[in-house]
Amino acid sequence: MTCTEFLALLDDLIDNSVTAETRAELERHLHGCEHCEVTLNTTRKTIQIYRSHEIYDLPPRLRERLHAAIMSRCKKGC
Amino acid sequence: MSTIQPIAGEDEKHPDIALVEQARSGDVSAFDTLVRKYERQVFRIAQHITQNREDAEDVMQDAFLKAYEKLDQFQGNSKFYTWLVRIAVNESLMRLRKRRTGKMVSIDEDVETEEGSVPRDLADWAPDPEQNYSQTQLAEILRKTIQGLPQGFRIVFVLRDVEGLSTEETAETLGLSIPAVKSRLLRARLQLRERLSRYFRRKKSPKATGVEK
Ligand SMILES: [Zn+2]
Repeated sequence: MTCTEFLALLDDLIDNSVTAETRAELERHLHGCEHCEVTLNTTRKTIQIYRSHEIYDLPPRLRERLHAAIMSRCKKGC
Repeated sequence: MSTIQPIAGEDEKHPDIALVEQARSGDVSAFDTLVRKYERQVFRIAQHITQNREDAEDVMQDAFLKAYEKLDQFQGNSKFYTWLVRIAVNESLMRLRKRRTGKMVSIDEDVETEEGSVPRDLADWAPDPEQNYSQTQLAEILRKTIQGLPQGFRIVFVLRDVEGLSTEETAETLGLSIPAVKSRLLRARLQLRERLSRYFRRKKSPKATGVEK
């Protein structure tokens, strides 16, 4: 397996949607290829960092505005 | 006992569906529960697409009000969350078009870029790279980095990796094919990784910057 072939399957590996057979092949490649190992680990880390950090905080006054708008809609509609 | 069940795992209804039904029959507080459950996600998506605070605030409000109005059109065969996300994405894109009058705003234009398709920065990262920055610095880095992605990549990454939609749901929401979603996701992930490397790479010496190899 070449690095290009590895890269083409990177997402499937990360998303855990490879067959056991493919996984074994990927792991064999990883064993001898530091570049792909770094790419895999840092890509995983990238996803994990974006998943676990709130970069756009919801302002509380916005929540209040929204709830007020919904309640007022209701008085008219229901 | 071998009737065909939807793949939902249990044959229990998703709790959202019960709330939708209550809301439809006039119980606003049921809808309010749904709002509280998903307001953060909707706001985030709106921010990522519009890249503008004011727009995101308006989009969030409009999206929920629209969802409330259109509740009767919601078909129980998709998830309420996915349905809501679709409304939020559409509202965000509409807002963008309004702001950039004349300029085409499209998420399905194919983004021709080779950037990130081959990893170049192959330096390993520090073990817990985010700990070298304060929360504020880190948030700034993450914002700047993702804002630099092409729109069509950014939305796919946000829906798939941040908001947790499946490939199929993302494709449906954005009107893209599944292969298109997959190829954008890969490139989005690789580009983000490449750009974050600048901040997160393991530093050999305090002045280890510049071009590799
Ligand atoms: Zn390799």
